[in-house]
Amino acid sequence: MRLAARPSPWGLGVGALALVLALPVLVVVANLAEPAGEVWTHLAETVLADYVINSLLLMAGVAAGTLSMGVTTAWLVAMCEFPGRRVFQWALLLPMAMPAYIIAYTYTGLLDVAGPVQVLLREGFGWSWGDYWFPEVRSLPGAVAMLSFVLYPYVYLLARAAFLEQSAGALEAARTLGAGAWRGFFTVALPLARPAVITGLSLALMETLADYGTVQYFGVDTFTTGIFRTWFGFGDATAAAQLAAVLLGFVFLLILLERWSRRQARYHQGGARRRAAPFRLRGARGWIAAGACFAPLALGFLIPAAQLAAWAWQTGTALLDARFLELMRNSLLLAVAAALMVLLLALVMAYGRRLRPSPLMHAAVNVAGLGYAVPGTVIAIGVMLPFAWLDNTVDGWARAQLGLSTGLLLSGTLFALLFAYAVRFLAVSLQTVEAGLGRIRLSMDDAARSLGRRPWQVLREIHAPLMGGTLLTAVLLVFVDVLKELPATLILRPFNFNTLAVRTYELASDERLADASGAALAIVLAGIVPVVLLSRAIARTGERHAT
Amino acid sequence: MRGLFLLPLSLSLMLATAVSAAAAPAGEVNVYSSRKEDLIRPLLERFTAQTGVRVNLVTGKDDALIQRLVSEGANSPADLLITADAGRLHRAKAAGVLQPVDSATLDAAIPASYRDPQNHWFGLSLRARPIWYVKDRVDPKALSGYADLADPRWKKRVCVRSSDNIYNQSMVAALIAHEGEEGAAAWVDGLVKNFARKPAGGDRDQIKAAAAGQCDLAIANTYYVGAMLTGADPVDRAAAEKLAVFWPDQQGRGVHVNVSGVGLTAAAKHKAEAVRLMEFLVSDEAQRWYAEGNFEYPVKPGVPWNATLESFGRFKADGLPMGKLGELNGAAVRLMDRAGWK
Repeated sequence: MRLAARPSPWGLGVGALALVLALPVLVVVANLAEPAGEVWTHLAETVLADYVINSLLLMAGVAAGTLSMGVTTAWLVAMCEFPGRRVFQWALLLPMAMPAYIIAYTYTGLLDVAGPVQVLLREGFGWSWGDYWFPEVRSLPGAVAMLSFVLYPYVYLLARAAFLEQSAGALEAARTLGAGAWRGFFTVALPLARPAVITGLSLALMETLADYGTVQYFGVDTFTTGIFRTWFGFGDATAAAQLAAVLLGFVFLLILLERWSRRQARYHQGGARRRAAPFRLRGARGWIAAGACFAPLALGFLIPAAQLAAWAWQTGTALLDARFLELMRNSLLLAVAAALMVLLLALVMAYGRRLRPSPLMHAAVNVAGLGYAVPGTVIAIGVMLPFAWLDNTVDGWARAQLGLSTGLLLSGTLFALLFAYAVRFLAVSLQTVEAGLGRIRLSMDDAARSLGRRPWQVLREIHAPLMGGTLLTAVLLVFVDVLKELPATLILRPFNFNTLAVRTYELASDERLADASGAALAIVLAGIVPVVLLSRAIARTGERHAT
Repeated sequence: MRGLFLLPLSLSLMLATAVSAAAAPAGEVNVYSSRKEDLIRPLLERFTAQTGVRVNLVTGKDDALIQRLVSEGANSPADLLITADAGRLHRAKAAGVLQPVDSATLDAAIPASYRDPQNHWFGLSLRARPIWYVKDRVDPKALSGYADLADPRWKKRVCVRSSDNIYNQSMVAALIAHEGEEGAAAWVDGLVKNFARKPAGGDRDQIKAAAAGQCDLAIANTYYVGAMLTGADPVDRAAAEKLAVFWPDQQGRGVHVNVSGVGLTAAAKHKAEAVRLMEFLVSDEAQRWYAEGNFEYPVKPGVPWNATLESFGRFKADGLPMGKLGELNGAAVRLMDRAGWK
């Protein structure tokens, strides 16, 4: 039935789209064809082993952190009843609004040798430095903690949606067979939610691999810091791109893992989407559950936000002058435009793969999704080079043929920037959409098609209504990511165009953390509103399934 | 669904008009700058007020901006490249994206060691990287120069940031220029053994760590300390007040300095206006601003310093031609990698 032997408009269209979106990543990989220079020999002899080990440890740590926080809270909020559950179900998403490098700055400010906590300890006990043990924030474990605090919401979001969409039937069957809450969780609910959990985890890990701000500030040598050191320090862009290509190898493994976990079986759930009766946690157990939800919220959001607010108050940063409003407008417009554009692309690609699951299609879509794990700067260079080449070629042609200069048509425009966002964040949208589509039985498509519907009609009439929550999730994730995005914005933006993230970076990289707090707080605040609105909408879809 | 398709389109249109709404007046200059907006915009606004020439600005990281210039080629809209480091100006020159400027004003204002011999770039402000010591624990008579930092006497008593940082790379590059690779390697090895802690954070963090008792000596640029001393944060101020500056190697080669500077791009379309802006940046008024606004030293001799800088005292600066810092940057990073300076 589903053979991809003859080319179809879907196949060709998606293939071409994937190729264009994969272009920046391919530009990076193309550097592998260059001979490995002596910089490589130097790297291999000195620091390469550190890069690999630290990157792996960082990933392992963040995996443990995000899984434990994300799955626990998702299960509690979706399946149990305890004090504060209604608030936690959206508040647990708030750390998403907090850029990782900002949370790193705030915790360093709090916990460093010169920070208020250690000063209090020294003054309170009359100690001086060296008399007592205190964990060093700026370390590998510190980086793991920071990234876990802000990335667990990916796991939480997807796991919670999966728990909510699980039919009550399976769980109730388990209960009638005598399985308690714990056994039901480990033997039924968690295995059923596994694809969603792994999707969330792979998003968190890809973001971890791409992180530069946190690891650089903490002095942890990873692949990302190595890429920049090689490029900026040695001035060797080729060796830096080759390092980036090796990084892509890691990412490809992640993607294969994610695919593999999903392909083990098709996870469709039948029957009415009725929410299982929640486990009522009373007394101490209820408070323990509330505490388990409060901890990640406090660590990932309340504490750093309070520190930012304190700094902003201290420096008297004016939050709402005209310039600030312009920054806010730029940030919001970019984020909304990018989120919707990326959702469209993801829908087309996910749907193309569903219609024509050929090996070529899989490869094309996978490569197009690689951008999420590539540091933004590398993507930006990958966008800049082909765009500038195209602009200059068109200009050369116009000069020769028409005697006029077209100049740079695409380079240095917002289009180039939005394109970079699409490359960088497609995976977020794509994985969310595919996870959502995957939960809809293929037999539904077949039934609709046999009733004479065209593929896009099936998408509109059958899939879109069933995926309301999924689509919102995809939009939300990209929106918040773009709001926080820094490196690509910094390199590709047009003249006289700044965003909140650029402003924060400029002040923070000048070591004016307190001055940066105003803009940082604004990113967080701008991120909160859509996070809350959308998570409420998602919550409503959850409740609707429940009735 | 149709709304979904139209929204991003109309939004990007809105954005595009928002950007192009500010149409070009008679004269304009386009600037790529790795100096932060706050540290250049006020000067540019002053220039516009005086001349009516509009200045368009993109800020970013030096190497990314150079890459952007290279890939845009002859069609690049940028007229000027402003960076915060001489090594990067040298790199831009080597990449062929700058062109020489013939200006008597620039030549007269900027001492020869702070500009390119072929006039491809010009230094605008000086940044010094001296040693800072904790006043109540260190006798400055025990210090003479950078060599002390590698002396086993100071084992576990020195704080310095990561070798990822360009200031450290330039400092080691200067050392290589003076003492050769082997001498510099020995110094870096000694320094790494003296680290009080794994390098992390920025220059201000080293000062704060020293004030809190984690180390006795710190390496940091003057303007960070200047900003800490005069800033709004009482904790920063208290920390900075516990340290004092030591100007190293005053009998020898002098303290390590770097410049922020400017170059005219090879693709410049507004050459006259761009040169006018360059000349404005070395006027007494602009030169004074560097010290007032960011505690940097003016490159132009005779321009008064502000009170905080005067309180650090006058010093002898390393006379090494700035281009050397760029040439030896790669060698410096290699050296630090081998010594295990993270």
